[in-house]
Amino acid sequence: MQGGVEQALPIAIVPFTQIPDVKLDVAQVVEDDLRRSGRFKPLDRRDMLQKPSAPAQVDTSVWRAQGIDNVVMGQVSKTEQGYFARFFLVDSIGGQQVLGYDIPARSVDQMRYVAHQIADLIYEKLLGIPGYFNTKIAYVSAEGIGYQRNFELIVADADGWNPRVVATSREPLLSPAWSPDRKQLAYVGFERGRSAIYLHTLATGDVKRLVSERGINGSPTFSPDGRFLAMTLSFENNPDIYVVDLKTGNRRRLTDHYGIDTEPAWSPDGSKLAFTSDRGGQPQIYEISVNGGDPRRVTFEGRQNLRASYSPDGRSMALVNNTDGRYRIGLLDLGSGEMRVLSNGPLDESPSFAPGGAVVIYATQGRKGAELATVSVEGSVRQSLRQSGGDVREPAWSPLIR
Amino acid sequence: MNSKIWLPAVLGLALVLQACGSNKDRTSSDGTYGSTTQTSEPYTDRIAPQPAPLDDSGFDTAAAAERALSTNVIYFDFDDTAIRAEYRGVVDAYARFLKDNPSARLRLEGHADERGTREYNLGLGERRALAVESALLAQGVSREQLSILSYGEERPEDLGHSESAWSKNRRVQLVRQ
Repeated sequence: MQGGVEQALPIAIVPFTQIPDVKLDVAQVVEDDLRRSGRFKPLDRRDMLQKPSAPAQVDTSVWRAQGIDNVVMGQVSKTEQGYFARFFLVDSIGGQQVLGYDIPARSVDQMRYVAHQIADLIYEKLLGIPGYFNTKIAYVSAEGIGYQRNFELIVADADGWNPRVVATSREPLLSPAWSPDRKQLAYVGFERGRSAIYLHTLATGDVKRLVSERGINGSPTFSPDGRFLAMTLSFENNPDIYVVDLKTGNRRRLTDHYGIDTEPAWSPDGSKLAFTSDRGGQPQIYEISVNGGDPRRVTFEGRQNLRASYSPDGRSMALVNNTDGRYRIGLLDLGSGEMRVLSNGPLDESPSFAPGGAVVIYATQGRKGAELATVSVEGSVRQSLRQSGGDVREPAWSPLIR
Repeated sequence: MNSKIWLPAVLGLALVLQACGSNKDRTSSDGTYGSTTQTSEPYTDRIAPQPAPLDDSGFDTAAAAERALSTNVIYFDFDDTAIRAEYRGVVDAYARFLKDNPSARLRLEGHADERGTREYNLGLGERRALAVESALLAQGVSREQLSILSYGEERPEDLGHSESAWSKNRRVQLVRQ
């Protein structure tokens, strides 16, 4: 973990009182979730002067003296109905309980999701925006070299736990993208010497080959309303951006240029798309109306800028910035044009915003190969995610389902 | 339809030959160009010089051709789609082979190094494969004998993160079908 957390809210998450058959440290999962967001600065357990498990036990003066305004405590127990976690959030300034919930778990191994729900509730209560800890990430894992390489498409919890393989191939898999209802993944694969865009329905495992033209079939991305899929196709000469109506199958070409146009990303209101184009010589980010027309160049800083995605509020873009040969994740303020570098490089790629936009997940070169990391937009708190084996890349953060 | 097919060939050829003819900036040790002016207009419309014929004044033309044919990888410079002069013999040998064997089929698999994003690199890999295709078409090979597939950076020959690894990964593999 690294990065400054000056604007982060001090908070204490006291270890919960737990029955012995619950091995998971629930408070630790809550603490990790909140810290990774960059919006909270949890107090080290060793610095806690008291360890209450209910509001009545809280000595607010002790916490106030340490500059801790918010204290979380709780218990994990079991009744005839099953396991549950009871937790409280106490405001040490007002001395009031501001949150208190019993959250049931169907089984012991569901306790991690209970912890994420607790983190969601605290996050929303204190920041006024929904938490995103009970979401998923999709990513691609690759092992082996050259033509012996094996590829897996994996869906895991947002903190990297509970990875589940949803597709495997001896040919490359890339560019997973979530449908807004979180029920489908679009991705790129190869079959019989051709690339294709597939639609995978997670609940059933059903896979549909949507497009497989001659040349490149790439960069699928759902429109915010889920009705359209933007993509890159090169069958009409060279890579251009197309929009496919998922209901009718109608296809519309959005860009027409002899440079490489690729990596489309929808604006949150669905009115325009950003894309990467090297029409000016080097790849830079352009915007185009969903109705077509002349694209507008939006990046000018750095030798190359690629693979942009809009923040959920539409005010900024996460992208890959290449300056002096270092590929790092950049955050471009679309109002001021100011670019802020969020990661260290040198080979970072595939930024994807968490729902709410507080955090960006991306792929980076770790000691043992490519791995996933998150960085908070505020304070640039960076942390690598729990890994499965192999080279792990192309994370895509799922939408929030309320 | 014909004009649609023809266009990329013209563009690709212009690309190949422009780059062959000019002294482009090469990748420096940190993987960046010293200058961007040369690369900012990759599609200049230039008159194509004729590809150099195989030098058959030497000792054993047949052996040289066979050696070139057994070379089934063409390597490229960073962010570049120009076929380097050293591979002209390979292209010539494949052109001759395909013309002599009209039923032969060749797949051109384009690859990129890991720098840059994956989808953009699919584009670069395709450009490289198109450059080789254009060079073959220019020598009279039938389009029906050729197919193109870009793997971008997904199938590296060398998993390292240095220029020596990257230079092995920027390639077109010629795969006889």
